[in-house]
Amino acid sequence: MPRRPDISSVLVIGSGPIVIGQACEFDYSGTQACRVLKEEGLRVVLVNSNPATIMTDPEFADATYVEPITTEVLTSIIAKERPDALLPTLGGQTALNAAIALDEAGVLEKYGVELIGANIPAIQKGEDRQQFKDVVEKCGGESARSEIVHTVDEALAAADVLGYPMVVRPSFTMGGLGSGLAYDEDDLRRIVGQGLHYSPTTEVLLEESILGWKEYELELMRDKDDNVVVVCSIENVDPVGVHTGDSVTVAPALTLTDREYQKLRDIGIAVIREVGVDTGGCNIQFAVDPRTGRVIVIEMNPRVSRSSALASKATGFPIAKIAAKLAVGYTLDEIPNDITQVTPASFEPTLDYVVVKVPRFAFEKFPAADDTLTTTMKSVGEAMALGRNFTEALGKALRSIDKGGVTFHWDGDAPAGDHLERLLHEIQRPTEQRLVQVQQVLRSVGQPGGATLEQVYDATGIDPWFLDQILLVNEVAAEVAAAPTVTEDLLRHAKRHGLSDAQVARLRGMGPTGEATVREIRHALGVRPVYKTVDTCAAEFAARTPYHYSSYDDETEVAPREREAVIILGSGPNRIGQGIEFDYSCVHATLALAEKYETVMVNCNPETVSTDYDTSDRLYFEPLTFEDVLEVYQAELAAGPVKGIVVQLGGQTPLGLARRLAEAGLPILGTSPEAIDAAEDRGIFGQVLLDAGLPAPAFGTARTLGQAREVAESIGYPVLVRPSYVLGGRGMEIVYSAEQLTGYVERALADSAAAAAPGTLAAPLLIDRFLDDAMEIDVDALFDGTELFLGGVMEHIEEAGIHSGDSACVLPPVSLSETEIARIRRSTEAIARGVGVRGLLNVQYALVSDVLYVLEANPRASRTVPFVSKATGTPLAKAAARVMVGETIADLRAEGLLPEHDGATLDLGAPLAVKEAVLPFKRFRTREGLVVDSVLGPEMRSTGEVMGFDKDFPHAFAKSQAAAFGGLPTSGTVFVSVADSDKRQVVFPVKRLVELGFRVLATEGTATVLRRNGIEATVVRKHTEGRGPDGELTVVGLISEGQIDLVVNSPSGQGARADGYEIRAATTAADKPIATTVDQLAAAVQGIEAVLAGPFEVASLQEHTAATAARLAGAPAGSPAPADAVPAGAGA
Amino acid sequence: MTTATTPQPAILVLEDGTTHRGRAFGATGTTFGEIVFSTGMTGYQETLTDPSYHRQIVVMTAPHVGNTGVNDEDPESGKIWVSGYVVRDPARRVSSWRAQRSLTEELAAQGVVGISDVDTRALTRRLREEGVMRAGIFSGDDLVRDGYPRTVEELVAEVKAAPQMAGADLAREVSTTQAYTVEPSGEHAGRAPLATVVAVDLGIKAMTPQRLAERGVRVVVVPQSSTIADIEAALPDDGTPGGVFFSNGPGDPAASQHEVELLRAVLDRRIPFFGICFGNQILGRALGYGTYKLGYGHRGINQPVLDRTTGKVEVTAHNHGFAVDAPVVDAAGAPAVSQAPHDETRRAAGDDTPGYGRVVVSHVGLNDQVVEGLTCLDLPAFSVQYHPEAAAGPHDAAYLFDRFVGLLTDPAAWPPALKTPVTTSVSTSTIEENL
Repeated sequence: MPRRPDISSVLVIGSGPIVIGQACEFDYSGTQACRVLKEEGLRVVLVNSNPATIMTDPEFADATYVEPITTEVLTSIIAKERPDALLPTLGGQTALNAAIALDEAGVLEKYGVELIGANIPAIQKGEDRQQFKDVVEKCGGESARSEIVHTVDEALAAADVLGYPMVVRPSFTMGGLGSGLAYDEDDLRRIVGQGLHYSPTTEVLLEESILGWKEYELELMRDKDDNVVVVCSIENVDPVGVHTGDSVTVAPALTLTDREYQKLRDIGIAVIREVGVDTGGCNIQFAVDPRTGRVIVIEMNPRVSRSSALASKATGFPIAKIAAKLAVGYTLDEIPNDITQVTPASFEPTLDYVVVKVPRFAFEKFPAADDTLTTTMKSVGEAMALGRNFTEALGKALRSIDKGGVTFHWDGDAPAGDHLERLLHEIQRPTEQRLVQVQQVLRSVGQPGGATLEQVYDATGIDPWFLDQILLVNEVAAEVAAAPTVTEDLLRHAKRHGLSDAQVARLRGMGPTGEATVREIRHALGVRPVYKTVDTCAAEFAARTPYHYSSYDDETEVAPREREAVIILGSGPNRIGQGIEFDYSCVHATLALAEKYETVMVNCNPETVSTDYDTSDRLYFEPLTFEDVLEVYQAELAAGPVKGIVVQLGGQTPLGLARRLAEAGLPILGTSPEAIDAAEDRGIFGQVLLDAGLPAPAFGTARTLGQAREVAESIGYPVLVRPSYVLGGRGMEIVYSAEQLTGYVERALADSAAAAAPGTLAAPLLIDRFLDDAMEIDVDALFDGTELFLGGVMEHIEEAGIHSGDSACVLPPVSLSETEIARIRRSTEAIARGVGVRGLLNVQYALVSDVLYVLEANPRASRTVPFVSKATGTPLAKAAARVMVGETIADLRAEGLLPEHDGATLDLGAPLAVKEAVLPFKRFRTREGLVVDSVLGPEMRSTGEVMGFDKDFPHAFAKSQAAAFGGLPTSGTVFVSVADSDKRQVVFPVKRLVELGFRVLATEGTATVLRRNGIEATVVRKHTEGRGPDGELTVVGLISEGQIDLVVNSPSGQGARADGYEIRAATTAADKPIATTVDQLAAAVQGIEAVLAGPFEVASLQEHTAATAARLAGAPAGSPAPADAVPAGAGA
Repeated sequence: MTTATTPQPAILVLEDGTTHRGRAFGATGTTFGEIVFSTGMTGYQETLTDPSYHRQIVVMTAPHVGNTGVNDEDPESGKIWVSGYVVRDPARRVSSWRAQRSLTEELAAQGVVGISDVDTRALTRRLREEGVMRAGIFSGDDLVRDGYPRTVEELVAEVKAAPQMAGADLAREVSTTQAYTVEPSGEHAGRAPLATVVAVDLGIKAMTPQRLAERGVRVVVVPQSSTIADIEAALPDDGTPGGVFFSNGPGDPAASQHEVELLRAVLDRRIPFFGICFGNQILGRALGYGTYKLGYGHRGINQPVLDRTTGKVEVTAHNHGFAVDAPVVDAAGAPAVSQAPHDETRRAAGDDTPGYGRVVVSHVGLNDQVVEGLTCLDLPAFSVQYHPEAAAGPHDAAYLFDRFVGLLTDPAAWPPALKTPVTTSVSTSTIEENL
């Protein structure tokens, strides 16, 4: 049956901001869905608050709402657009929860919107623990013994039955949020307490421990005729106990016989049918007892999940795309397999390669956080690699992580004695380092007093087959180290088991230029990778899609081509500071260049749109290292002409390769590596600024502690200190004293990788004067060598000192004059010219007392490019890609890609966009179980962002808050405790809150100031004062009990940012908004006023664009018409 | 359980002159066979012991083979039947709570010559493009003659001298020599059988009688050489239902005149019949259709098949190099119903035995529109080209055993109705590619 004729418009809900457990894989799935639905001729209405997504590009939907995903806003959109159907299964847990809320509110029924791809009872059955347990039993499966509890007391009673350790899982949370393992009563009280809070239904499941069992996942799809296929099996290398998102995983499952695999498959199919997933994808997790084979069904997700994205990339079976087709009425056998084009989608992919996924963590951003891996997901990204065997894929995946200390090494002797004992103890606790620790322990196997494989198995529960494979890598390494000479056979052997040139060089003690030497020898001996194709069918049918991975095997499958190719380097695994925003720019580059060039994408992040085999003409799923990129380049050069390589769009990872690639003779498109270095080099950049007459904060560089102290003293404290060549403010700190500086430098030196010689750093530290109370301004611009196109000027809401990625900002700026903007434009142009930019440039300024300081300039795509593009309706990244291949801004204007006026001259009627960061603090807990500190600083910690878009700043800001964390309170109690320096400014906004009906609590000092200014403020006890004589709670107690709705707490300057930690931690844990600066409070007050003024008006990007066009054409200016004035279906 | 044997060199030689160098795996020596690839990612033990692979060298497309070792529960027959085994990465260590020994040991113990470290994907692509062909694996001392390495030309010549698969009558080489009975099992254990099936062993897999026994059927497995009299003798005479089953098996159906005549005798007696794989081809030939050799066959456990009686797609286990040539669709694109061609042959010869009547292709392979099942509309007989016993493979097609039990116990309900015309959006061009 073809698609349903009764559906002509579909509402798709995205997953909102990137958070841990819900990242850009949902942009990938949502983008696929939108594409499919549009191809089917349906009107697509999309809602997603995340501007950094491809799916929110206006061309992917007919009406694109970058609006908060709240019931109220969704109701307005439904009332306005009147879609026939709602597809909620492609936007993660966020979309699914939003759909349930709409259903419960009666909105779907009222407007006659049909839920497709899922139904409420199915969602309930899949997500509700008890219902799911019943389903499993009905399907002949087993669940872990468990009990559902709603209070801590019930949990304690259940413990008597189930015994410790026990798994705690809150219902209806994503990424395992709030779940954990309780070994004793204290653990149980704590974890259940949190879990009840996170669960929207105040419900927690307690379960018998199946810790250490083998863990598997199946990805299934079902169509309306009840055909079911298993797309992929995934095996976790880390056994049960580590969240699957934090586990090293492998596809396909490698340690099951057919009988056991088919048992999982039978149960999986029975479960998807019993749950009643109408159409679409579903993911089921299993645990298998390694001693007996007993199978337990852990859980299922009745929707497209993170694992579905991984499975799609691993197999070439596009789950989200097919799910969207199934939702509108097709059956699996009616949909052609994309890759073969001649076989149908109603088959099960078979793999002739091995896929390994490795998670990437960001514990370095949260030094206080407990780094034990548990059932709560903590990783912020992942890399995937394909190889013709496990060792090859594993080696590639580990080097794709792009982080020191997480790849296998053979430095020094194999661990022995106490060191070995310590490691054997440490590997019992799963952490980011465990795999390398295991590899180190396995080096001792066979040595006198060495460990045995069985010991490692007992300590970790990692299947002996995987351990043996790591042992194999060690054996190969030992052969490489011991061989008299490097022969072809030796290199081939090393390469077939995943060793990089750098690892080979290090094994042979070849010194700093060893990697290049190994490569020369390897090339001379003709040992080169071949490129195989991901084809879903193990070569049974010819593949029409060039989705390649490298392997050291015999035959290559890269097809010759005639068109000139442009190779685009992606950004690798997501991490804090380098995420979806960079993938956005890479995808835009490929879209912009596809017409004239053959586009070739290189990336290793399975979550992204860029690694969809549909996105570019060719996809190489490869690590972004010098070696791997060089080989791809040479393979493509052998296939046809190559125009060059784009390195500026994927963030620091490809940028960091630019110089070496250029030195190896590869053509780098756009800004030259020399110019990239010029912007980073303080000396050269300082000269550029001097020549242009632009002031910068006093600065200096230092490689030793002595130099650092000298520089800091000459500049004067406070200073901003950071290492060179970093993204996301990694290691950046505001330092207020010589003592603090010493600590910083010593820590930097202790990191062995950073030290060139004892006491000397390999790369200099940058030391800047820190500008207190400055307004920070961010600019994204495009420069073609002669002309500047200013994309947008963003005014930060927090003052300078907070990383721009964590700071809220507004575009167009709300408090800058035309003169100031003109000055910013001139300065940006001078920098672009001075540095020699060809493409994108991001500059950060600080405005203090009418002086515009240049903080830094980055000649590359910045994190804000997608935000600026969405806010102004200008495709900056596309234009940048075209400039990089030699076109001019004038050309692009003539073509209509760029508008006549740039972002420096937005008209008065232009809508206001507020970007707000989303922070992951509540994911991270200290070993004691407390939330890590949530104060913002110069080091970036946010995982994602949202955009609030409206006619004025208060509304846009209020929307951004609603999108980021559910919204500002409109009544209740505000607690205020601010630093002395802020006390004067805090009076006015607090007064306004009182007028709006808020009750004010304050600490004594703040309360005194407020009262003297005529504000009724009740004094509450400080945390340090403890409970009062009559049991009065301290402020922390009040916050924890949910009695405070808004917290204002500004840390008082001088090294005392740790003050108020308990207040901030409690606020974060209680999920309440907090303002840590007066500027934030002022913005919040404006936002609250906007919320109180009435429901948000909603407008699609397409409507904004149309309104802008109308204004510029001289039609009556103004923001888009209010909701009720727009007829349903209008706006495209 | 790491095996300590030092790997010896090995070479795989195809009759078109292609060579792949690798390492000896399992036994060392020389072996010949028709080289085919199998795409299953699980179930190597079942594959190796499937009699249908007799005289074939099997290439595994899954790179890691042997991870779960070998146990005594999973084999589908008493021995490994493949004549050679080609893999990329054999397991060094076994990991399974059911493993009793390693695959390397098992292959060596059974004298099966294998080769590892081969670019199996390149090889598979070649077989896909060129079709299956004869091949040989040579390893260890067999790579040397009179102290000199043997030349490729010499090895190719030996491969070319090996017998062809087309025209090979192999079922009798793999069949049991003694009849044996499998009694109802599972919840039916110890109870009176619901029906009795005489299963003609043309290379039967252990799971097949077991699947019937689980459904309350007593299965009498008889040798390939059985006559209609033998079969009739084995059928029940107490009025309880009885039927005949033809199993899978190796070889060319066109060379299996004995089986074809035997089945015609069964059909003429209107005895309920179910056949799988080779049994499907024999039914096709008995009804008068032709059979032909596919380019590279279907060997894997992920093949989508449409059951036209239900309109549902099942993911199935395949192992066949030949297929039945019967009309799949009529001019309107609907399932074609044709008269058994053998009826016309008989009429022309003046034979007035009642005809077989109408036949429909009830199961179609969705990848390439190959005939995957036949259902007689005027006879109590049907067959499928694939493996509903699914060892290895998904259990989606297990319903076919229920259908057979239904045919035995409730013959009045036969034939099943066809669901309204089924069309697929997928091109049919691959049927030529696979010829």
